[in-house]
Amino acid sequence: MSDYYLNEGLAQPIPTDLDKPFWEGLDNDQLWLQRCNDCGGWQWGPEWICHHCHSENVTFERVEAKGKIYSFERVWHPVHPALVEQGPYIVVLVEVPHAGNVRLVGNLVGDPEQDVVIDSKVTAVFEHHADFTLLQWQVG
Amino acid sequence: MGTMRGQVAVVGVGETAYYKRGQSPDAEMKLALKAIIEACKDAGISPKEIDGFASYSNDRNDPSALASALGCKELRFSNMQWGGGGGGGSAAISNAAAAIHAGVADTIVVFRALAQGQFGRFGQGSRSNHVSGAGAYTTPYGLMSPAQSFAMKVVRFMHDHGVRQEALRSISLASYHHAQNNPRAVMHGRPLDEEKYDSSRWIVEPFHLFDCCLENDGAAAMVLVSAERAKDFPRKPAYILGAVGGSHYRAGASSHNTPDYATSTFKSLAPHLYDMAQLKPTDVNVLQSYENFTGGVLMSIVEHGFCEPDACNEFFVKERFFAGEGDLPLNTSGGNLAECYMHGLGLNIEAVRQIRGESSNPVPDVDVSMCISGPMVTPVSSSIFGSEATL
Repeated sequence: MSDYYLNEGLAQPIPTDLDKPFWEGLDNDQLWLQRCNDCGGWQWGPEWICHHCHSENVTFERVEAKGKIYSFERVWHPVHPALVEQGPYIVVLVEVPHAGNVRLVGNLVGDPEQDVVIDSKVTAVFEHHADFTLLQWQVG
Repeated sequence: MGTMRGQVAVVGVGETAYYKRGQSPDAEMKLALKAIIEACKDAGISPKEIDGFASYSNDRNDPSALASALGCKELRFSNMQWGGGGGGGSAAISNAAAAIHAGVADTIVVFRALAQGQFGRFGQGSRSNHVSGAGAYTTPYGLMSPAQSFAMKVVRFMHDHGVRQEALRSISLASYHHAQNNPRAVMHGRPLDEEKYDSSRWIVEPFHLFDCCLENDGAAAMVLVSAERAKDFPRKPAYILGAVGGSHYRAGASSHNTPDYATSTFKSLAPHLYDMAQLKPTDVNVLQSYENFTGGVLMSIVEHGFCEPDACNEFFVKERFFAGEGDLPLNTSGGNLAECYMHGLGLNIEAVRQIRGESSNPVPDVDVSMCISGPMVTPVSSSIFGSEATL
């Protein structure tokens, strides 16, 4: 058994020039999302320009690592060798109201067969691996 | 400016035999050539007369190679609809029809070929050890297959509108019902009932096994010419009354960030289809609606104006969708769930067959036959075919 939500062996995320502050933030138990310095608009995933005002002056800003469940799914059928022995798991789509309602995908930690209620409040759980950190969520 | 409504017609359709994925004895390009030759035979022309090709979803069979292999006299249109997977089916038809209407080419083949044994499977996650960019925000969380990518849209739609599982089930039952009369269907002879559906395993909630499309090998093609020329061809023309492709505001925003999320992506597009065709939903006699997953069909039917979103539980009953019985015959060949998954072009061909009266589940007196391609992706597309009476 691993300490991670999902069994090990899925592809490892590799930061790019565009999203390095996001991944570095997760390593430090922080959530940093992309925001426009000119118009204040938020966007996720990160983009080269602001889609609101087309400014190139986009940066990352730290936000409170909380949100609410916008949607979710319980996966049963494994589509990757690393998940063959996994059993069911829950993917949540978390909306961050204090960052322009951008949404983040993660897993909902805890019982994989728990009831999931849309609009439930969730708090981030930073899942540290050897070379990267995943952003997971727990209810509350 | 002249619309292309009724200006171009499908005069030939062709398919290979349909195989379970990985079981085609032929290479993918040979499948493409065989389907194109069949479509030309149906149209009564030599494949050498083809002067244009249109496809979608990064089909691997380059028109220059196809034209060379077929000995086409010249190539004037070589077109690929970007993105969208199966959402490009009706868009490829739109592109071809627009080109013919504009005089860019005269005889265009729309085609799609798949050999998933020769190449990779759709329903599996990537085996790469690393992922960056948009994929890095989903893949490490076990969200990587098409079913997993779309289930959360359907969950949210069902939540917002109180839709029950039985509504999805009725879509699956309709496809399997029709496949039993279609000898070409991969699921011919393998009927489905409520009990078998309910007891089937989950793939990803709310999709049972039978909510998910097949994965197949094969190829499909259709020949398009101008309406003026179509009259001289042997088969009854299916006129293209409307064909559109596209998507709503920021439909392509990465990692599930499109503002309007719980949608089949047709809300902005469907009105353009009806405008071009000068028709409304109640004019449609028979509907083919691409089933990647049943939830996409449900939202497609809502967003094309057949049903109010809050009325799905009452509307989605299987009898409504049975040819010869219901008021909205649906996926009358068995569709992607039970006939074959040819990335949806088989659905466009079935729409043409209904105009001709040649479906294995014929709907009487079809004048208006609609096909919706590849919901929930971006761009999506849809098309309406009409008999001569609609011109």
